[in-house]
Amino acid sequence: MKFKQLSLFLENQPAHLKQPCRILAEAGIDIRPLSLADADQFGILRLIVADWERAKHVLEEAGCAVRVDEVVGLEVADECGGMAHVLEVLEQGGHNVLYTYAFTFGEAGRAVLFMRFEDPDAAIAALQAGQIHVLDPVRWLKRTE
Amino acid sequence: MHQPGTPTQEQPTFLPRSAPDYLPEPQLRELQLTRLQAIVTRAYERVPLFRERCEQRGVQPSDLRQLADIQHLPFTVKNDLRDTYPFGLFASPREEIVRLHASSGTTGKPIVVAYTQDDLDVWSEVMSRTFAACGVHAGDMVQNAFGYGLFTGGLGAHYGAEELGATVIPISGGNTERQMMVMRDFGVTALCATPSYFLHLLERAREADIDWANLPLRVGIFGAEPWTEAMRQRIEQESGIRAYDIYGLSEIIGPGVGSECCAQDGLHIFEDHFYPEIIDPESGAPLPDGEEGELVLTTLSKQAMPMIRYRTRDLTTIIPERCRCGRTLRRIQRIGRRSDDMFIIRGVNVFPAQVETALLQVEGTLPHYQITLSRKGSLDQMEVAVEVTEAVLSDTVGGMEALQKQVADALEHIIGLRVGVRLVEPQSLPRSEGKAKRVFDNREG
Repeated sequence: MKFKQLSLFLENQPAHLKQPCRILAEAGIDIRPLSLADADQFGILRLIVADWERAKHVLEEAGCAVRVDEVVGLEVADECGGMAHVLEVLEQGGHNVLYTYAFTFGEAGRAVLFMRFEDPDAAIAALQAGQIHVLDPVRWLKRTE
Repeated sequence: MHQPGTPTQEQPTFLPRSAPDYLPEPQLRELQLTRLQAIVTRAYERVPLFRERCEQRGVQPSDLRQLADIQHLPFTVKNDLRDTYPFGLFASPREEIVRLHASSGTTGKPIVVAYTQDDLDVWSEVMSRTFAACGVHAGDMVQNAFGYGLFTGGLGAHYGAEELGATVIPISGGNTERQMMVMRDFGVTALCATPSYFLHLLERAREADIDWANLPLRVGIFGAEPWTEAMRQRIEQESGIRAYDIYGLSEIIGPGVGSECCAQDGLHIFEDHFYPEIIDPESGAPLPDGEEGELVLTTLSKQAMPMIRYRTRDLTTIIPERCRCGRTLRRIQRIGRRSDDMFIIRGVNVFPAQVETALLQVEGTLPHYQITLSRKGSLDQMEVAVEVTEAVLSDTVGGMEALQKQVADALEHIIGLRVGVRLVEPQSLPRSEGKAKRVFDNREG
């Protein structure tokens, strides 16, 4: 029930963000959700793609350092209070969100949140117990292709 | 095939050609004195600059009654070679000189060095003893990636390996693709290169999915730039070969002045041809064995261009104890520091090797680094650029900043200064194919 997320280190300079995007484009790999964490001198690009192994391979061949982490994807109603509800459920279980990013994917009224936890399995259990829809990566990536 | 990191057992072999390595000490000292007297006489008679300086000091070759008397002789420095450019220090007539080499030097004119046929024979001998000390033998396949040409590294190693009876591949530096192809297809067992170039080769071989563990490569002969013990351990662990440090400089002969042996515990100076002293770099006073100072070398047999008390600018110590390999030749500590490489930042003396040591202490950081010096207002700034590898990559900004801090802490611990650390993308620092340029000084004036 976990997504593989790729993280890339980029220097905070013109054209450095473009490069991995171009590499993936040339390999015919569509970037799905994406987030960029920025610091003064560098950034960390986080990506979710359907074929993460191939994406990792082509990026590494091009000289990028790529890290793989597991993140949890969940679907919420795209409405006022949707996010707050999720966070309440997590707070009750004592699960700290290391970072999160949100994404809509063309289905009206629905949004997807990606969250990174110290212990994703425990967080998934808590979310499911709270009746929150935790996404199955294979099915979701296929459905939204 | 031996396991990475575990020393192979190598017994000293008493081949005739290595016999001078094991001369009983009294005999060695006697030989040195005889040769010293002869070479100083030669230089006095044939090199005007040397004679002039001796006369100023009121010393004559006949004053040399024991080895310790060498301290009364004048020093030779690199600028003497520049000032007498190109042929002013030659002690042989032009027609006896069969080879010239030159070192580019970063400033001004190059320095030119000369060899008679006898000098070339000595050079081949000491380089062949170097290879033997590093466990290379007749029948080995030696890939010589030291640069051929005016630089002494390529040809020095070349003739030494041939003298030993090894097969030499004179590939010279550069063209990494071809280096990898030759290494694999020719069954290379020993490689001569700079340590930074070897790391580059290793990286590229990994990218090219070369099955490194199954290559017959056994020995690396590394020189031409200072490297640290930590770097050696990294190289040996990652490549499974034994990495040896060799020492030499064009002014003296080229490579072949000194070499590690199977003990990998200091470099034996080929004392029957090169007489080492350690001096206080400030006062010039001789220091006893065991104390650190500047290495000074005298060529004991070089005909075309005798160097008397040449100041190398390399900082080291003569190790007083006898080596467990059995050689009677004295050893110097491996040279991590050259007084030329040192730079001063905010009043603190810093050597690039200290930066390397600090980086190797932080798990997962590659020894590829670059130091940039700049001036902000009146304050000197030092920034170390370090490549981010998969091993240290975090998916959070906090994680990367923690790495930055870890590197800055390690640097501060070793050099005593808080300096800037910039994380850069993998493979973004230039890879050298010869001597790595680590320091970029952009300070004006």
